[in-house]
Amino acid sequence: MGREIARALFWEGESVMDVIRNALPYLMDGLVVTLYIFVIALILGFIIGLIVALLRLAPIKLLNWIAKTYINAIRGTPFIVQLFFIYFGLNTIPWISMDKTTAGIVTVAINAGAYFAEIIRAGIQSIDSGQTEAARSLGLTGSQTMRYVVLPQAFRRMLPTFTNQSIISLKDTSLLSIIGIADLTQRGQIQQAATYESFKIWLTVGIIYFIIIYALTLLANFLERRFELR
Amino acid sequence: MSIIQVKNLKKSFGNLEVLKDISTEIQETEVVCVIGPSGSGKSTFLRCLNRLEEITDGEVIVNGHIISSKTVNINKVREEVGMVFQQFNLFPHKTVLENIVLAPMKVRLTNKEAAKQRAYELLDKVGLREKADSYPAQLSGGQKQRVAIARALAMDPKIMLFDEPTSALDPEMVGDVLDVMKQLAKEGMTMVVVTHEMGFAREVGDRVMFMDGGYVVEENVPEEIFSNPQHIRTQSFLSKVL
Ligand SMILES: Nc1ncnc2c1ncn2[C@@H]1O[C@H](COP(=O)(O)OP(=O)(O)OP(=O)(O)O)[C@@H](O)[C@H]1O
Ligand SMILES: [Mg+2]
Repeated sequence: MGREIARALFWEGESVMDVIRNALPYLMDGLVVTLYIFVIALILGFIIGLIVALLRLAPIKLLNWIAKTYINAIRGTPFIVQLFFIYFGLNTIPWISMDKTTAGIVTVAINAGAYFAEIIRAGIQSIDSGQTEAARSLGLTGSQTMRYVVLPQAFRRMLPTFTNQSIISLKDTSLLSIIGIADLTQRGQIQQAATYESFKIWLTVGIIYFIIIYALTLLANFLERRFELR
Repeated sequence: MSIIQVKNLKKSFGNLEVLKDISTEIQETEVVCVIGPSGSGKSTFLRCLNRLEEITDGEVIVNGHIISSKTVNINKVREEVGMVFQQFNLFPHKTVLENIVLAPMKVRLTNKEAAKQRAYELLDKVGLREKADSYPAQLSGGQKQRVAIARALAMDPKIMLFDEPTSALDPEMVGDVLDVMKQLAKEGMTMVVVTHEMGFAREVGDRVMFMDGGYVVEENVPEEIFSNPQHIRTQSFLSKVL
């Protein structure tokens, strides 16, 4: 086993360092695309999640129902199907025309939004009702209470699950290569086709994803320590 | 004119009728202590006075506002009615100072400097100026409760409601909190205090309301309630707690 790996890395074809050196600039362009889509989709997804969580908790049945239906629809279908529906399906509607990148961002955002909504809802509900009562008894309105008292505490508590979902969403962006977005994964495929160095290329791509996700985890740990509930 | 008027107040949670028919009036600067067995509806009654509980039936007038009416702006009423809870309910993500200035700044739109200055005055009053930059988790129970009182006072309320403010405290902390409340009473604050501290009720209360089973069974000056209770349920309750 070890010998086969060593052979794949160093003896077959170009050395791993050469392959990486040649492919890396191209892969890095892909990483930029991946991160661009990820960051925008994450922000949009978070906004969607916050709104949907508030709809879910609003004292109006219809709003609850809309929020629940959205969450269930997303959780109950595969990401790829959502992507195809948005990119191919929605694009058949005459007044909608999304390019690949937009469709990719929208899909990741809508997908993450459903999970964020549940995370935020659980976070809000985990805050003791005494907090709300104290704030309301001081004359703060419901939305001021949410904004200054409940959400800041809920967000701190949510950070770990929020990080998890962000990592899942980052990984989901690799599926966007299927509709031809030139992200890190798609560029890996192209490099593989060009060099036939599957092992080295995919190892490199994997390591790049790993580093990014590891960095995200470190950032989250830092934020958690920073905002620790005192 | 009484600052709080309660007429035939009823409160149910689903089918459970918790307050059955309560009528009373509270005068400005009066200190009313509410006593009674667990589950008798004391907290519910208190929470109806700032509508933390929706009022099922009857009329409650607080500081001139008919708060049992659906159209009243309850936030405006609550600005004038401070509340102190058994579990303190300080905001754990904010420092003591931030806890105190939040409502004045966001509700009254007081500027930050003025709000801070007032907060320091109040912290002096409750003896905790040096804790201004601490977080609630760094305080003892008694200190937390004094901060909670300062936080409520920062809105310059006309009425203060206390729901068993010392019940969650270690015995050695109780005195500090009661001292702050005594001081408030002396300064003429209108106070409604749900309490198990019979000593406080006797010493500070202008009137004691004994509640049982969703009714105010008996109310009178502390002297009379404690030494000459009329109702058999008052007698049996007092014989257990005194
Ligand atoms: N939110 C609620 N939903 C349903 N029932 C409630 C609710 N709040 C209070 N109750 C019930 O109403 C009754 C009166 O409760 P309340 O808290 O007013 O009593 P209390 O006199 O304050 O008692 P204690 O001395 O234990 O604090 C109890 O039977 C309680 O179970
Ligand atoms: Mg109670």
